[in-house]
Amino acid sequence: MSLGETQRKDLWWLQPLLVVLGFGSFVVYSTWAAFEGNNYQWGPYLSPFYSPLFLFDWWHWSPAFLILWAPLGFRATCYYYRKAYYRSFFLDPPACAVGEIAEHRYSGETKFPFILQNLHRFFMYVAVAIILVLWYDVYEAFWFDEKFGIGVGTLVLFLNTFFLSLYTFSCHSLRHIVGGGLDCFSSCALAHLRHKAWSGVSLLNERHMLWAWISLFTVGLADLYVRLCAMGVINDIRLI
Amino acid sequence: MQKKAQLKVFRGDSKGGAFKEYEVPLHEGMVVLDAIHHIQAKEDTTLSVRWNCKAGKCGSCGGEVNGKPKLMCMTRMDQLPLDKPITVEPMKAFPIIKDLVCDVSWNYEINKQIPKFKPKEALPDGTWRMQQKDIDRVQEFRKCIECFLCQDVCHVIRNHKKNNFLGPRFLVRVASLEMHPLDTEDRLPLLKEKFEMGLCNITKCCTEVCPEHITITDNAIIPLKERVVTRYYDPVAKFWQKVFKR
Repeated sequence: MSLGETQRKDLWWLQPLLVVLGFGSFVVYSTWAAFEGNNYQWGPYLSPFYSPLFLFDWWHWSPAFLILWAPLGFRATCYYYRKAYYRSFFLDPPACAVGEIAEHRYSGETKFPFILQNLHRFFMYVAVAIILVLWYDVYEAFWFDEKFGIGVGTLVLFLNTFFLSLYTFSCHSLRHIVGGGLDCFSSCALAHLRHKAWSGVSLLNERHMLWAWISLFTVGLADLYVRLCAMGVINDIRLI
Repeated sequence: MQKKAQLKVFRGDSKGGAFKEYEVPLHEGMVVLDAIHHIQAKEDTTLSVRWNCKAGKCGSCGGEVNGKPKLMCMTRMDQLPLDKPITVEPMKAFPIIKDLVCDVSWNYEINKQIPKFKPKEALPDGTWRMQQKDIDRVQEFRKCIECFLCQDVCHVIRNHKKNNFLGPRFLVRVASLEMHPLDTEDRLPLLKEKFEMGLCNITKCCTEVCPEHITITDNAIIPLKERVVTRYYDPVAKFWQKVFKR
């Protein structure tokens, strides 16, 4: 079968195309925002691309690069994103029951570089730590000159961290680690607890793709909001 | 006037073949298998098709309808676009015997290579007991009817012809054994080396075509991949297991 050869009559090419456009837009924007190296903070708001904020004298590039490798690695090795980019960017396959590039060598995830997908759980550990920091940033976003308040930016950062949490805590690797790796859930008290944790993560995991897309959108939006405030393009509206 | 549908049905054998057009009258509740039976009865008795229960439970009538792997008995004609001819062909991942019938025996050979269920020692009363919550996960996998549509759509088998690779159906079977609370057999080394489960790049087509709606990728394949990671790629887990002996 050659590339795109199929008897399918539906719009099978639409989904990979939308993924290319969605990911492509995010990658272009986030790369630009990371290289910018300024306008990432306004009032109590800190862009999630730059959190936790590390500022060192010896680091001459954007502080975003000190942190972005972790969420990038987490998403790049994520089981959902793997499906999406293998289909849309590597066309392996472009869609179900649709022909691939003829006669190409295929080794799946058994050889370099894709064998590195097995590092997903290590990126997950870092992503969980970053989520805790982002929740602290949300807390900080409630304090304007040491007085309690709520601005539109507070809500933007809250929603972003909420959806990033749903995405992170619905992770397949986390699901395995909290309990999925057990064969028996009733053998001891800890196993009971792990069954509960596994059930909770499983529930979130059913919508992993949804959380992945929503959080991709909100994290970009949160950076854009803080950036526009910092640049003076928009004024943050104080609700309280 | 009774509505009619145009069908393009694959006719041929292992040496080759081509699509042949037929016209069938439509009636309420009609499925693709009914249309094929109409052609067999009224137009061409030599048309070969494998079928049995006509209730979506035997898994015999798997084929590709408009390019998508489906059970012909569960694909309603009124859910297909009738403005163009409906194509019906055999599953492409397997050798064709004749017309819509293909040779799925490779699957049975692969199945024989999976180490069987090996229960732990029985309790003093000679029985085995387990809790419902220990077996819930595995029960989903028992719904499989072995239609092999997941094997057909898996691009590792279909396009790359990797015959060592188990395919989704048998990864589900291995998952049902590996996650079983009473089983003691260790299949992970086989899974990684002989059956090359790393070839699966989790594009989820198997889940999309499963007529029993088994969440093959998320509930069977990815958990198995994670078990392989724990065993072979995670020094932290290895250290933990060594220290806590579990």
